Amino acid sequence: MYDFELVKPASLQEAIEAMQAEDAQALGGGQTLLPTMKARLAMADTLVALSAIEEIKGICTDDDGRLCIGGGTTHAMVQRDCAESFPALASLAGRIGDPAVRNRGTIGGSLANNDPSACYPAAALACNATIVTQNREIAADDYFLGMFTTALEEREIVTEVRFPVPEAAHYEKFIQPASRFPLVAVFVAKYSDAVRVAVTGASSDGVFRWNEAEAALSGNFSEDAVKGLSAPDADGMISDLHGDGAYRAHLVKVMCARAVKACA
Amino acid sequence: MPKDTGIGASPKRREDVRFLTGKGRYTDDINLAGQAHVVFLRSDVAHGRITSIDTGAAEAMEGVIRVFTGEDFAEVGGIPCGWQITSIDGSVMQEPKHPVLAHGKVRHVGDPIAAVVAETRDQAKDACEAIEVEIESLPAVIDMKAAVKPGAPKVHDELAGNLCYDWGLVQENKEAVDRAISAAAHVTTLELVNNRLIANPMEPRVAVGDYTSHDDHSTLYTTSQNPHVIRLLMGAFVLGIPEHKLRVVAPDVGGGFGTKIFHYAEEAFCTFAAKALERPVKWTSSRSEAFMSDAHGRDHVTKIELALDAEHNFTALRTETYANMGAYLSTFAPSVPTWLHGTLMAGNYKTPLIYVNVKAVFTNTVPVDAYRGAGRPEATFQLERVVDKAARELGVDPVELRRKNFITEFPYATPVAVEYDTGDYHATMDKLLELIDRDGFPARRAGSEARGKLRGLGINSYIEACGIAPSHLVGQLGARAGLYESATVRVNATGGLVVMTGSHSHGQGHETSFPQVVADMIGIPEDQVEIVHGDTDKVPMGMGTYGSRSLAVGGSAIYRATEKVIAKAKKIAAHIMEASDEDIELKDGKFTVAGTDKSVAWGDVTLAAYVPHNYPLEDIEPGLEETAFYDPNNFTYPSGAYACEVEVDPETGKVEVLAFAAADDFGNVVNPMIVEGQVHGGLAQGIGQALLESCAYDADGQLLSASYMDYAMPRAHDFPMFAVDSSCRTPCTHNPLGVKGCGEAGAIGSPPSVVNAVIDALASGGHDVGHIDMPLTPARVWHAMHGGTPNQRAAQPAAHSEETTHDRSVAGAATNV
Amino acid sequence: MTKVTMIVNGKSRSAEAEGRTLLVDWLREGLRLTGTHVGCDTTQCGACIVHLNGEPVKACSVLAQEVDGAEVTTIEGIAGADGTLSAVQQAFQDYHGLQCGFCTPGMVMAATSLLRENPRPSEAEVRHYLEGNICRCTGYHNIVKAVMAASGQDVPAVAAE
Ligand SMILES: Cc1cc2nc3c(=O)[nH]c(=O)nc-3n(C[C@H](O)[C@H](O)[C@H](O)COP(=O)(O)OP(=O)(O)OC[C@H]3O[C@@H](n4cnc5c(N)ncnc54)[C@H](O)[C@@H]3O)c2cc1C
Ligand code: FES
Ligand code: FES
Repeated sequence: MYDFELVKPASLQEAIEAMQAEDAQALGGGQTLLPTMKARLAMADTLVALSAIEEIKGICTDDDGRLCIGGGTTHAMVQRDCAESFPALASLAGRIGDPAVRNRGTIGGSLANNDPSACYPAAALACNATIVTQNREIAADDYFLGMFTTALEEREIVTEVRFPVPEAAHYEKFIQPASRFPLVAVFVAKYSDAVRVAVTGASSDGVFRWNEAEAALSGNFSEDAVKGLSAPDADGMISDLHGDGAYRAHLVKVMCARAVKACA
Repeated sequence: MPKDTGIGASPKRREDVRFLTGKGRYTDDINLAGQAHVVFLRSDVAHGRITSIDTGAAEAMEGVIRVFTGEDFAEVGGIPCGWQITSIDGSVMQEPKHPVLAHGKVRHVGDPIAAVVAETRDQAKDACEAIEVEIESLPAVIDMKAAVKPGAPKVHDELAGNLCYDWGLVQENKEAVDRAISAAAHVTTLELVNNRLIANPMEPRVAVGDYTSHDDHSTLYTTSQNPHVIRLLMGAFVLGIPEHKLRVVAPDVGGGFGTKIFHYAEEAFCTFAAKALERPVKWTSSRSEAFMSDAHGRDHVTKIELALDAEHNFTALRTETYANMGAYLSTFAPSVPTWLHGTLMAGNYKTPLIYVNVKAVFTNTVPVDAYRGAGRPEATFQLERVVDKAARELGVDPVELRRKNFITEFPYATPVAVEYDTGDYHATMDKLLELIDRDGFPARRAGSEARGKLRGLGINSYIEACGIAPSHLVGQLGARAGLYESATVRVNATGGLVVMTGSHSHGQGHETSFPQVVADMIGIPEDQVEIVHGDTDKVPMGMGTYGSRSLAVGGSAIYRATEKVIAKAKKIAAHIMEASDEDIELKDGKFTVAGTDKSVAWGDVTLAAYVPHNYPLEDIEPGLEETAFYDPNNFTYPSGAYACEVEVDPETGKVEVLAFAAADDFGNVVNPMIVEGQVHGGLAQGIGQALLESCAYDADGQLLSASYMDYAMPRAHDFPMFAVDSSCRTPCTHNPLGVKGCGEAGAIGSPPSVVNAVIDALASGGHDVGHIDMPLTPARVWHAMHGGTPNQRAAQPAAHSEETTHDRSVAGAATNV
Repeated sequence: MTKVTMIVNGKSRSAEAEGRTLLVDWLREGLRLTGTHVGCDTTQCGACIVHLNGEPVKACSVLAQEVDGAEVTTIEGIAGADGTLSAVQQAFQDYHGLQCGFCTPGMVMAATSLLRENPRPSEAEVRHYLEGNICRCTGYHNIVKAVMAASGQDVPAVAAE
């Protein structure tokens, strides 16, 4: 790693101030940023550790019944504390990495990073969650702007993520055997008025909504509705050692059908 | 009541306590006073000419002690190769120079160009980035078949081309084999790839060089499977340090699997720099660095043809293999596709005519050398796949086809230059069928089908040759070293023993199993025996641990040295009891005179050896210490039968291993617990090769699987519990313990079981897929089921893709800055 | 450089750390507690697992300064003061759950946490929990057996004749 100064603000306000420093970067759980810095592929003059800020940790329900998760909440906390309020999300969090990674990695870090194979973006997009920062609220539909790119401005910190809890939901993950991130994973969220389907791991543009499936499922929420569709276009799908675009496109359909089945 | 001591018992491993409490002492745990750190600048292109290196800026940086380049090693030898192969036409193999630091050209991604020695590792890393290197990129040769075409770019300008050697076994049989294949009732042909792997011991390599000027001694602490071999190779061939001025220590070593046999440039560098700077110099490999600097394994492309007569007897076998050497010849690389592979092509079968051709090829990739099994997994895989395919083509039971062709009489001289001493292939097959419950398979398959899954059962036999030796034979075959093992047994006055062995333990449990042998022979408690290994100043000589040779060869040396100790002790006992030597018996730590009630304890005799008041000084010297060099007269030939049961998800192509059974014949077993553990580990690596692991390069020679993000290491939930058995025993006839090696069998026998099982599963679903190249990833299986052949028949097990997970995550994070 | 102090294995220990100093390096180099190992640089192998305020973390991916003041338990702190092995450690020895020993500290730390969270895990639960711990030697068979045995469940004895 290149050296940097580490600051540990105890409050959000202090963190916002610390982020004003030249070339400052937020440090969530460090489970992505630190390995990247070790490879000397990222550097910062100042790292602002968010882990001591209690006000951006924890889970509650707001007046609209939305599940509000602090940006600094670890995957382990979501796995444990959302098991009843939003089981599909708890199950997603419980399958990220391994127990030690889940004890450090945070939802804010995952959404800020927007890895094209990350899990949380699928849940956020499928639920059209609201990503909250110190400055504003961003709807998930406007937040994910392509692989590793989001609507966040420099110095913006994800302080909270608000999920409208679906009537039924399921996250179906097919792992890439080396990294154990999703090779393809699909989050299906069924609301009274709509069904939303978000896909991660597949596209080189990052997480996306599979509109055809949403349309089909809105009329007929069943596995068969998915099976009747053709797989999404393989163009633009990630093609790598672990599977080409055609295979990934095929998996999108299979994972989606399985997610719907599991919702029932 | 199970035995709790001696040969055949499973005492708890004594080394475990230090490992379980964090007190192991691995090379990276060693920090010497005044130690500096080295970081290597490595090539990021596969092939290029170095036009300039400017180290000025780096040298001026904080903490930097010195920057070394290839020029600094002009007076020093290159990294030597320990084995020479002779081609069909009688010429010796082409042997390129292998400089410690690249000189003139870089030849693979990871080739070291310069080395920065600094006060701290981070400072050395910082300075590495300040070195200005200009490299003129040259076209890389990656595909082996393209590499040997006329006009292909040459990896080494001074060589005639990229063909290292073109070898045939047995050349005189070639025509007869060709004729038999033309005349056969049926010929089954298969083209396949044995995927390139990375050994990945969990401990990355580390080297610490030290030098003391007052006595002009160099010391190297290194993660090695064979410190004496490193002392010889590095001292004599690279640095010109005589062995008596050089000490090599390999303390606790965190796994080796072959890749820590070889002498590496980093070891020579640290030893050299420590002397040049008169400071200890330490190098610790990162995992990413290991991927591009540890020797890789396997990487064969083979065509195999099996001829059968109308009764399904195997009549002839012919193979043609391209074997990747990488950019330089690693220590034992040339022997792996030849003597460790060609000689095994008879397998368990009495095929009368066999011809093996191997073309070894230089490419712009990391050097390839022995990895667990080395050559034998490649042989077993081809043979057991082609036999399975033949059974499928002929519509006969694959087990019966094997049984019909099994060798049943021993000793058996194969048509490929080796003689099997013992074996009973029907016995291990019988045991296997019981372990895997073959009779219950149809019902299990029906159960899977009811759940929409395809179930398959793959069965195969294997034989391997290990306990590699004898010296006179390997000498004829091109080895530049002897392959004996040595042991010194020192008995102290109070009766305790210190056994200095040339074998090296890096997980095998020698500290526990070797005392079992010695204690059993003398009849004393095992805790009276201490094992010393891994230090050339403490152990007189050693060839090290690889090729499953520790117990078969190293253990036999210990046995012989202990025999000598006992013989001398009997003389002392005879003197004390005033009896004749021949009448002395040793049992339970007590010497007795046959037919009398006279006895003297072990401890009294050992004391007498060092306090020789009442002692036959006119016949023998005081003291009780003996050395033996054991040079066996043949390999040992473990064999067995393996079975794998899988379920394939037809929607995704994902393969799940539901059961794996292994019935091995290892001859006599000293510690059944350790033997089982060795088999488990081997199975995991073999199943890993079959389903998960693949070291892949793109066409430009960039390593695609450059970290655990893309190189799939098996995890706990990739496996079921294994059913392993080693109760079928035909003891080795030529070593005193009757043991055969057990360290590699699991990795040798298991890949074909997995692939056979998947092919069987797909066939049950109506997918007549002849073969799928390893690793059988979900994508490959799914494509195969749908008529596609991704990566099939490629001359290289590489994928066709530019992207990797690692690149992607890294790129992403960088843009976030 | 900043002085960092933590309660390590029950004792207050201090050593210097730069901003970039990782917890694992602080332990290995600062405190010479070399039982915690480094097996990768992508946070995947688990050889470096320690307990941070009672929870397992990968010490290669935590900054020392960030956890100044924390309580850390390393493999050196697992056995009793008199050297008695913990139930997990003892089971690893009894069931041959280690070979080269390099992954072992991380395995023991992970298994210890598992049994705290789930005192009687099933085989599948053990295998899943060890997702972040890579062992190249054992094929995991005897590790799984050891963890099951440490939780008081019956497992087949080791082979012996
Ligand atoms: C072995 C392993 C396996 C994994 N498997 C998976 C998996 O299966 N699925 C998956 O989704 N992920 C996986 N991950 C990634 C893991 O979920 C990370 O925790 C996550 O991606 C990043 O979160 P973090 O809190 O660690 O962020 P960090 O690594 O600290 O930061 C990541 C990026 O986000 C920024 N950042 C962090 N927090 C905030 C914030 N609150 N506001 C704004 N910016 C912020 C940082 O500046 C940085 O750019 C895995 C990681 C590892 C090591
Ligand atoms: S060293 Fe920490 S996970 Fe590998
Ligand atoms: S025991 Fe060697 S890596 Fe696990």
